[in-house]
Amino acid sequence: MQLTLWTYEGPPHVGAMRVATAMTDVHYVLHAPQGDTYADLLFTMIERLPRRPPVTYTTFQARDLGGDTAELFKDAARQAMARFNPAAMLVGSSCTAELIQDDPGGLAQALQLTIPVVALELPSYQRKENWGASETFYQLCRHLVHKPAAEKPEKLKKARPTCNILGPSALGFRHRDDVKEITQLLNQLGVDVAVVAPLSASVADVQKLAEADFNVVLYPEIGLAAAQWLQRQFDQPYTKTVPLGSHATRDFIAEVCTLTGLPQPAQDPTNAHAHWYAKSVDSTYLTGKRVYIFGDATHVVAAARIASQEMGFEVVGLGSYSREFAREVRDCGKRYGVEALITDDYLEVETQINALQPELILGTQMERHIAKRQGIPCAVISAPVHVQDFPARYAPQMGFEGANVLFDTWVHPLMMGLEEHLIGMFREDFEFHAGAAPSHLGSTRPAAENVAAVVTAPVPSPVATTTPMPVSAPARTDTLTTDSVQKVAAPAQAASNQATWSPEAEKELGKIPFFVRGKARRNTERFAQDLGVATITVETLYDAKAHFSR
Amino acid sequence: MPIRAETSGCTDVVPLVERGQREVFCGLTGIIWLHRKIQDAFFLVVGSRTCAHLIQSAAGVMIFAEPRFGTAIIDERDLAGLADVHEELDRVVGQLLARRPDIRLLFLVGSCPSEVIKLDLSRAAERQNQIHHPKVRVLNYSGSGIETTFTQGEDACLAAMVPGLPASAPDTAPALMVVGTLADVVEDQMRSLFDRMGLQVSFFPPRNSQAMPVVGPNTRYLLAQPFLADTARALQSRGAQHLAAPFPLGVEGMTAWLQAAATEFGVAPEVFEQATAAPRQRAEKALAVQRQMLQGQRIFFFPDSQLEIPLARFVHRELGMDLVEVGTPYLHRQHMAAELALIPAGTRISEGQDVDLQLDRCIADAPDLVVCGLGLANPLEAQGITTKWAIELVFTPIQGYEQAADLAGLFSRPLKRRLKLAA
Repeated sequence: MQLTLWTYEGPPHVGAMRVATAMTDVHYVLHAPQGDTYADLLFTMIERLPRRPPVTYTTFQARDLGGDTAELFKDAARQAMARFNPAAMLVGSSCTAELIQDDPGGLAQALQLTIPVVALELPSYQRKENWGASETFYQLCRHLVHKPAAEKPEKLKKARPTCNILGPSALGFRHRDDVKEITQLLNQLGVDVAVVAPLSASVADVQKLAEADFNVVLYPEIGLAAAQWLQRQFDQPYTKTVPLGSHATRDFIAEVCTLTGLPQPAQDPTNAHAHWYAKSVDSTYLTGKRVYIFGDATHVVAAARIASQEMGFEVVGLGSYSREFAREVRDCGKRYGVEALITDDYLEVETQINALQPELILGTQMERHIAKRQGIPCAVISAPVHVQDFPARYAPQMGFEGANVLFDTWVHPLMMGLEEHLIGMFREDFEFHAGAAPSHLGSTRPAAENVAAVVTAPVPSPVATTTPMPVSAPARTDTLTTDSVQKVAAPAQAASNQATWSPEAEKELGKIPFFVRGKARRNTERFAQDLGVATITVETLYDAKAHFSR
Repeated sequence: MPIRAETSGCTDVVPLVERGQREVFCGLTGIIWLHRKIQDAFFLVVGSRTCAHLIQSAAGVMIFAEPRFGTAIIDERDLAGLADVHEELDRVVGQLLARRPDIRLLFLVGSCPSEVIKLDLSRAAERQNQIHHPKVRVLNYSGSGIETTFTQGEDACLAAMVPGLPASAPDTAPALMVVGTLADVVEDQMRSLFDRMGLQVSFFPPRNSQAMPVVGPNTRYLLAQPFLADTARALQSRGAQHLAAPFPLGVEGMTAWLQAAATEFGVAPEVFEQATAAPRQRAEKALAVQRQMLQGQRIFFFPDSQLEIPLARFVHRELGMDLVEVGTPYLHRQHMAAELALIPAGTRISEGQDVDLQLDRCIADAPDLVVCGLGLANPLEAQGITTKWAIELVFTPIQGYEQAADLAGLFSRPLKRRLKLAA
């Protein structure tokens, strides 16, 4: 058993739903208890789909368990067939149905449907959502893909090479726009896209997959298993580079040109702004910003490269919840001299972020909330995401336009050079005082009395170690918050063997902009402790600053 | 008061009973509002990743406030042999309570997987009780989809608490208890209204597990929520007596609900009038504005929370809406009797669901407003049908006089929006 408050991934049948929902004429009959239909709203609300996911649930209840749940499944499959008339059907069990051991595959076979039926074995107690999506797509390919004719008839031979795009699915982070961006990119190179799958693909499209010259794997978490199978079966090569970031996009272009024998374009297209933006002087302040990266494997590995080579950040930590790609992420970590954290426990991520105190976090929805609690700037780079990360506007992550989007998205939460300069220059000014939040982070501006408390209250940091969940406080009422703050602050003061701050040093600390104040406080205390200093003075503060300055 | 008079009610209605795919939440979802109410309780679901994912999806951003609920995810090793599961649970509960020393009441919440593998959570709760006594009390109930639909999770939770409620002294005067989770603001308003009538009242569930209300043969209870069949039965077995009443939705419902208590405790009519007149008039005035928008609009309820029948009564009688179909996941005749009497005869009432057939009916009926879950709302909107998502009716304070117009506003807003965007 594993204690979980938050899960990065859903169960594997949600992955299967992502594939079924992405496609146009596949129906999924899912043996599942009443209540599992909750997953529909991920698609109708987060992705804002204007239609119901093509999933029929058996929704068995306790009273059905004594009777014939197998019959219930067969009825559901028959009715789904009659009502939705799909071109292929997926059948499978959710976690509970897995325990009651009806066999959806066998039961569906007994119905003798006239369409292909793909039985899914998704072990819910071992695997998760991305694996479920990958397995579903792989099984669909195995059942559906036709062997292409040995020699293409002369008239069907195309002048331009063709490829498929594999991996995009429903509920995928920016999949819609990535497909558009990469399709344009390939077209400009002289490559035609034959089939995009599973997103918007029909059964007939999947049947034709083997006819293209090569495959583009955009999301290895979902598309790699199918691509590898296609390579084994039909000698169809696939691309290994995911075109996330300017450098990777250029590598991707080179890879495609090698595969197809097409000439490589001499220069980037005119819309490739990110490279120049990163070179412009206002970006100088981004140099060496300490960044922490967490998400699915593909986006983390790519983000680390962009952060380090294209933005000039320092990668101080990275990790992923994608156990299937742990090796790739660990290798990536080694390149930046950090040990990758492979976990699906967000508390471990939070602990690591806490210890590292990065200046920017790139992560999922969960890291966004960790960052908010700790007052650290953050940008979302990977699923799971909330509704705001399925934007109405064009917002790819891949290709050159994707690189532009990434530059804006990552830099926005940071202080830009000019603003940071102004705050340094006018830090005593009422508009730029230490408690002032950056203008674009207005909502994180602490209330006036809280600022005073931060500046005058003695050392709140040990509280974090003595009370495991100080963050529960904001969820309570205001009075409770005040109470608990007072309660925890007092013992922390008494129990701590740490140095105390002199009033002058405390005041000086208050002059440091709030977004680095936590780090300064921490560093100074560590410095004082190492040296056995009892009272932190202004001198100690600046000694520590000199000691830690990079 | 401009309330529609009907010649006869719907008391003897034969509902359309359907079985098929049900597009509803399971009882685990109840945790999301229950944990907000009982401030020192933690809800530990024993289930699968699906359960954790469900609560996370339903709780939205609330999960990030380090909420007092979580899931002990069953894995392969647990499925291999039952003996080991109890030790695993010991470990997980120990880990949890070490993290959250402020927890005084822990619920082990059963799920479909735990029910199907016949994990004995009541024995597990007993065992945890022995380990963590007296600091933490451990109870169990099932919120599984195979046994409970959405709000029935609250019913199961409250019913599990009833046997542990302290017994009232046998010779005390009859006392009033209000049963069902209400927003704190609603509870405070109700308390003040009862105060003005000179009635002492306790609320169940309480805001803190250390302040459980007493119960006994002198307890008279009012149900504030319609989905509390098992809780009512458990209270009955402790000797408490149910006061039949409509539910406190809208001016009419709230007045009749208060009146049931006033009658039982012999509150003088003029005292009742004095206590309720001002808020009642205020609410009627506010409702009149909403009625202009909603009068004559045809409304269709998909089953969700068992609140549908009281809501249908409110929108029909106080807002002048016409009822096309009123779906409920479960129809408790006795608790719904006072409500059914106020629903116009001939109203199509359905119990249970076959979602595809119900969608066919809905589209054929072309109602002006459809109350349904989030899985159906956007797909229906895309077909040109205006919807109100049902779950909001459970999370928003809607009971009592001061909220009557807010409740009406939940129905009028989507219609207003449609008009605005069309213009």
